[in-house]
Amino acid sequence: MLEIDNINSFYGKAHVLRDLSFSVPRGKVVALLGRNGAGKTTTMKSIMQLVRPETGRIQFGDHAIVGLPPHKVAKLGMGYVPEERRVFTDLTVAENLLVGRQPPREGAVTWTEEMLFELFPNLAERRNNRGKALSGGEQQMLTIARTLMGNPSFVLLDEPSEGVAPVIVEQMAKVIQQLKSEGLTVLLSEQNLHFAQAVADLAVIIESGAQVFYGSLTELNAKPEIRDAYLAA
Amino acid sequence: MELFVAQIITGLANASSLFLVACGLSLIFGVTRIVNFAHGSLYMLGAYIGYSLMQVLPGAFGFWGAILLAGIAVGLVGVLVEMLVLRPVYRAPELFQLVATFGVILVVQDLALIIWGPEDLLGPRAPGLRGVYRIMGEPIPKYDIVLLLITPFIALALWYLIARTRLGVLVRAATQDREMVGALGVNQAWLFTGVFALGSALAGLGGALQLPKGGADLLMDFNILAPVFVVVVIGGMGSLPGAYLAAIIISVLNVFGVTYLPQSTLVLMFVVMIVVLMIRPYGLFGREEVAGEHGQVGEPELPIKPASPNVRMIVAAGLIILALLPLYGSSFSQVLATDILIFCLFAASLHFLLGLGGLVSFGHAAYYGGGAYVAALLVTHADSPMELAFLLAPLGAGLAALAIGWVCLRLTGVYFAMLTLAFAQLLWSLVFQWGDVTGGDDGLVNLWPADWLNDTTVYFYFTLLFAVGGILMLRHVAHSPFGYALRAARDSQRQAESTGIDTRRVQLLAFGFAGLMGGLAGALFVFSKGSVFPNELEIARSFDALIVVFLGGVKTLAGGVVGGAFFKGVEDILTRFEYWRLVMGFLIIFVVILAPEGIAGSMRKLVRRLQSSKTGGSQ
Repeated sequence: MLEIDNINSFYGKAHVLRDLSFSVPRGKVVALLGRNGAGKTTTMKSIMQLVRPETGRIQFGDHAIVGLPPHKVAKLGMGYVPEERRVFTDLTVAENLLVGRQPPREGAVTWTEEMLFELFPNLAERRNNRGKALSGGEQQMLTIARTLMGNPSFVLLDEPSEGVAPVIVEQMAKVIQQLKSEGLTVLLSEQNLHFAQAVADLAVIIESGAQVFYGSLTELNAKPEIRDAYLAA
Repeated sequence: MELFVAQIITGLANASSLFLVACGLSLIFGVTRIVNFAHGSLYMLGAYIGYSLMQVLPGAFGFWGAILLAGIAVGLVGVLVEMLVLRPVYRAPELFQLVATFGVILVVQDLALIIWGPEDLLGPRAPGLRGVYRIMGEPIPKYDIVLLLITPFIALALWYLIARTRLGVLVRAATQDREMVGALGVNQAWLFTGVFALGSALAGLGGALQLPKGGADLLMDFNILAPVFVVVVIGGMGSLPGAYLAAIIISVLNVFGVTYLPQSTLVLMFVVMIVVLMIRPYGLFGREEVAGEHGQVGEPELPIKPASPNVRMIVAAGLIILALLPLYGSSFSQVLATDILIFCLFAASLHFLLGLGGLVSFGHAAYYGGGAYVAALLVTHADSPMELAFLLAPLGAGLAALAIGWVCLRLTGVYFAMLTLAFAQLLWSLVFQWGDVTGGDDGLVNLWPADWLNDTTVYFYFTLLFAVGGILMLRHVAHSPFGYALRAARDSQRQAESTGIDTRRVQLLAFGFAGLMGGLAGALFVFSKGSVFPNELEIARSFDALIVVFLGGVKTLAGGVVGGAFFKGVEDILTRFEYWRLVMGFLIIFVVILAPEGIAGSMRKLVRRLQSSKTGGSQ
């Protein structure tokens, strides 16, 4: 469903992604693993075209997306949940969801506010609270819910478990499994290997912006040397 | 008591246009982060277009229809401006778009002159509302009552649009984090265009609505700008209720000022603003601007470095050619060169503040004109010898800059910028209204240099010495430890603080130093012309300096000087034509689109590209 082919991305003069390639098959959850600074967030942003790869191709379904503006990528069904949460803090929960709303998409679930409140019960009580009144975990749920309002067929989840309480992490895992069961494809960037193991089918490990492992989690578990070399303990 | 009520009613009626224009400005800034200097021009266009429509459309229906249509027409003008002028430069460094909006001001000024002529147009009375109502015995124009009654409804409609519709939600979301809004599938380009159209339409509506009270004239664009900035700042950037309340405060105050303190009406507004900001730094309903919110990511700054031997040679050669000018140039060319040198020093002093300090001053004319007036007042009222006045002028301007900087530096970002503009306007108002001392609009004349300098060629050398000396001094300070501290404070206030730099003190000193150099330019100016008028303090003069610095290139040390020479040179050629503003405006817009890093910046880039292709480098 998503093919990343030899992309190179830069921040100013810093060369962050180096000939990175991997693919995400339809309906799978793929974990993008790597240390801090390995280039996980840049990979996410490069897919979303928030950072434009200088060379290489990204194929999303039938479309080559390198060079499109981010809103067009979103319209193709790519949902993006950023790392820093980026809730609109002056807007209420309901208004945040309204910003994300897009027309229904063929072949993808059409989410409504009610369905999302069922998925994230905490948000339902907070419907008319402003984003800034929410806890970190609630904000994280709101960013996911806001992205789902766009009825994406593919979701980029950038470190959803970072900095939230363990009980929320567990809830996140359930949400991801449910998304998968609804037929969504997910690329999940993580530092938390346990979390990834709980939800992902495949893993990509990157180091200094280049791919060093691609395979199933069973394969990864069979190679502790890779885990020790490229992932923080 | 009766008069009191009547005045409140008049004030409330006057508030309606001000409110609409301020709302538009604030909306546009919130979403696009562009301070639309051309907003006054859109207001002026609204008045003119409304006037023309009222001539054609008959009756009450025609009158109100004309107002509405004028709003729509100006909205469409806004769409054109946004798509043709601003869209190509959104990715340019922050604030560069200002220059483009300034080009629009010039273009609109001449277009209005061409279409509607130089005469002030008297606005038609609203049909059926020609007379007055008597309220507690006082006559109140009927139109005032109508304005007073409909403004809350317009405010309510706007509030509904912003608070309750999806468009409003998107606008508020984009005000906070436009990149994220784009990543959620919203086409930002259209959102920007839509907001610009809406903001422009509000300005146009405001212009048309005040026709029966104020008519239409060619000075409306700048005249409304200062009150609108004041309203936006007092109310709090982006706050509708704030803008409404502030518009009322300012308008009511103005009406009372006219009655009780006719000499100080203009000053009053700024005093209120300064008081409000001292108590509530982000306006009545504003929220703190957090620097580094998700916005545009600029290219990393290149470190500035001392001039290379090649550049030094070119500059030295240029100076020699300039110094020999009296040998081959006419006396007119020496006068022109004097003007250019003075302007270069003025621009370089602003560049120091803006480029190195990151302190965007919208009111730098305060120090230039201030210096000129200090010298002029000393000569006129104290019979001071020219030499003494010349020395004291920069000091006076520097002290004024220290005082103004002390107040303004409590704020950051756009609030800081607007406050500096307000202070400049305050000085202008003082000079303009305090006729006994300053000569008011008639200015101060007969201010000639001392006998030994009273010769075009000698004064040219005098200017060359001080202007080049001043520019070199600015450059020298930029490369001194103080200059490093200033740049550190610009790039990261917190990190600079934690290395032990008292950033506020550094910035204040820089403000004073830039004011001093601006004052020096002003002092050179006043004795080269022999007179000074309030327009050396006006907004347009501050904008000249801003344009020059941005056009020259903020990020290059030579920016101010290159821009100053270019601007003054071009201006001198163009002002010979009748519609020079039109040409100048288009030229500015053109340069902005073609060279978004400024002239010096783009030239440097070009040189580097040529160099790397010569050495075969692939980067």
